[in-house]
Amino acid sequence: MDDLYRELILEHYKHPRRRGRLDHPDISAEEHNPLCGDRVRIDLRIENGIITDARFDGRGCAISQAAASMLTDEIVGMPVEQAKRFSKEQLLTLIGIPLSHNPVRIKCALLPLKTLKAGLYGVGHAPQDDEIE
Amino acid sequence: MTASTTLSLFDIVALRREFPILNQSVNGKALAFLDSAASSQKPRRVIDCLEDYYRRYNANVHRGIYRLSEEATFAFERARGKVARFINARSQREIVFVRNTTEAINLVARSWGDANLREGDRILLSIMEHHSNLVPWQMLAQRTGAKLEFLPIDGEGRLVLDNLDAQLEGVRLVAITQQSNVLGTINPVAEIARRAHAVGALVLVDGAQSVPHMPVDVQALDIDFLAFSGHKMCGPTGIGVLWGRRAILDQMPPFLGGGSMIKVVGLYESTYADVPARFEAGTPAIAEAIALGEAVDFLQEIGMDRIHAHERELLGYALERLREVKGLRVYGPTTTEMRGSAVSFTLDGVHPHDVAAVLDSEGIAVRAGHHCAQPLHAHYNIPATTRASFYLYNIPEEVDRLVAALHKARTLFG
Repeated sequence: MDDLYRELILEHYKHPRRRGRLDHPDISAEEHNPLCGDRVRIDLRIENGIITDARFDGRGCAISQAAASMLTDEIVGMPVEQAKRFSKEQLLTLIGIPLSHNPVRIKCALLPLKTLKAGLYGVGHAPQDDEIE
Repeated sequence: MTASTTLSLFDIVALRREFPILNQSVNGKALAFLDSAASSQKPRRVIDCLEDYYRRYNANVHRGIYRLSEEATFAFERARGKVARFINARSQREIVFVRNTTEAINLVARSWGDANLREGDRILLSIMEHHSNLVPWQMLAQRTGAKLEFLPIDGEGRLVLDNLDAQLEGVRLVAITQQSNVLGTINPVAEIARRAHAVGALVLVDGAQSVPHMPVDVQALDIDFLAFSGHKMCGPTGIGVLWGRRAILDQMPPFLGGGSMIKVVGLYESTYADVPARFEAGTPAIAEAIALGEAVDFLQEIGMDRIHAHERELLGYALERLREVKGLRVYGPTTTEMRGSAVSFTLDGVHPHDVAAVLDSEGIAVRAGHHCAQPLHAHYNIPATTRASFYLYNIPEEVDRLVAALHKARTLFG
C-alpha cells in the first residue's frame, strides 16, 4: 500500500495543481469509469498547435485525481501532436506507482489520459482502451 | 457489546475450517473476507462434490442409456428436489436451473413479458434494484411500450409504501428485491405481493441477497417468481435458479431454443417440452447444479434461522462499532430490524476505492463501487460506496479489524 499511496500521490490528491475549469476552452472532454463512477473532465487552451493551458475537474479516487493533476501539469507547453502520442508507460512513469499488475486500479490511473485523448482526437476518434493501455 | 459475548450459535472455529480459502494470508495479514454479498466462499464439501462428479460419473444428463449418465441424471434431478424443498416450492417441476439471478430475470422478461405485456401496461420496481432487476425490464419496456414505475425509499433506506395501491394501478408485474445488496434493507415482499395480487399483478422477487441469508418460503410469501444465484450461497458460479408458480410457468413460451427443451422437432416447427425442461435448452451446468444441492444441504444442516441470527449479531456489532469512525456514513437502516448484513458506507475525504485499497493492505476484502445499483447511488448523489458484507463464517474480530483499518485510512488521507 505504501507503493500505491506514495507521498506524491497523496500530495496531488490533497492539493491538486490544476483543478477547475477554463473559460471558453478550445477543447473540453469528459470520460467516466463505469466500474467505479470516477469522472474526469479536462479543458484545454490551444494556441498555434501548443497546449498553453489545462484544467481538470471531476471526482474519483486518489489515483485518478492525482493522475489528472499530474497529467494536466505535464502537458502545458506541449505540442498537441506530442500530447496525442503520450503513452500509458509515460503516464505510469509520471505518477510513479507500480500498477501494471493491478488491472482494476490501472483504469483509475489511465482515466485522465483517456479523457485527454478523447479531447485531442475528438469524441469517437481516440484510440480504443486497449490501444491506450 | 464486546466481541467475546457473541456467537454461541454454532462452533464458528470448526465451521471456518470447512472453508479452505479462509485459511490464508493476504498482504501478510490473515484474510478477512467481507465481500460475500458479491460472492460467497465455498465449503470443502461443495468443492469436493464438483470434483467427485468429474472424477467419477461425468456424463451428459437426460440422454445416455448407460450407468454414468443415469447416475449424473439422478444426481442432477435430486439437486433440483433439494432446491425445491429449500424454498418450499410445491413441486420440483417449479425449479428452473439457469446461470444466475440475472438470467432468471431475463428469462421471465423475455418469455412471460413478451407474451403478456402490451403498450401502456406498467411494471412496478423500486429505486433500490440491482441492475439485474432493472435493465431487463427497461429492455422489455422498449420492446413492448410498457411503462416502468418506481417505489421510492425513505431516509432510512426503506421502501415507502404509502402510495402503493395508487402506484399499482395498471401494473401487470411487480419486480422487487427481497434484500437490497447496497442498503441491506429487507423489503416486506409478502405484503407487497398481497396488495399486488389484489389488482391482478404478478410478483417477481429478486432473492439474490435474501435466499443465501435467511429462510425464504415461496408459499408463505405467496409470490409468483423467485430468482437467485448459487455462488452467493456457498455453491458454485454458473448455476442459478428461477422458481415460478407451476400454472404460470406452464403457460410461458420457451426462452432459448435448442436441445432438451423440445418434444418433437420437424424441419419447420417443433413442439416444446413441459416445464422445467422447456426453459433448459442445451447441456446444463451439471456439476454446478449437483454442487448447489450440496451447498443447500450444508446450509440446511446449520439452519437458515441460525445463519440469519448469526449475521444479525455481527451486523449489530458492526453498526455499533462503525459509529466510532469519524466522518463515516452508513447508507440504509441504522438498526438490525428488517435488515441484512450488507453495510455500505462512505468516509469523508476518502474515495471508496481508496478505502478498499487501504483495507486490502490490511488483508480485508470489501467491495467498492456502485454495486450494480447506479440509480440508488444517484439518489444519494454519490458515485460509489464501500461495502462490507457478512456471512456465516465471519467473526466479530473481523469487524474490529475493519474498524481499525478505517481509522488508518482516515489518518492516511486526513
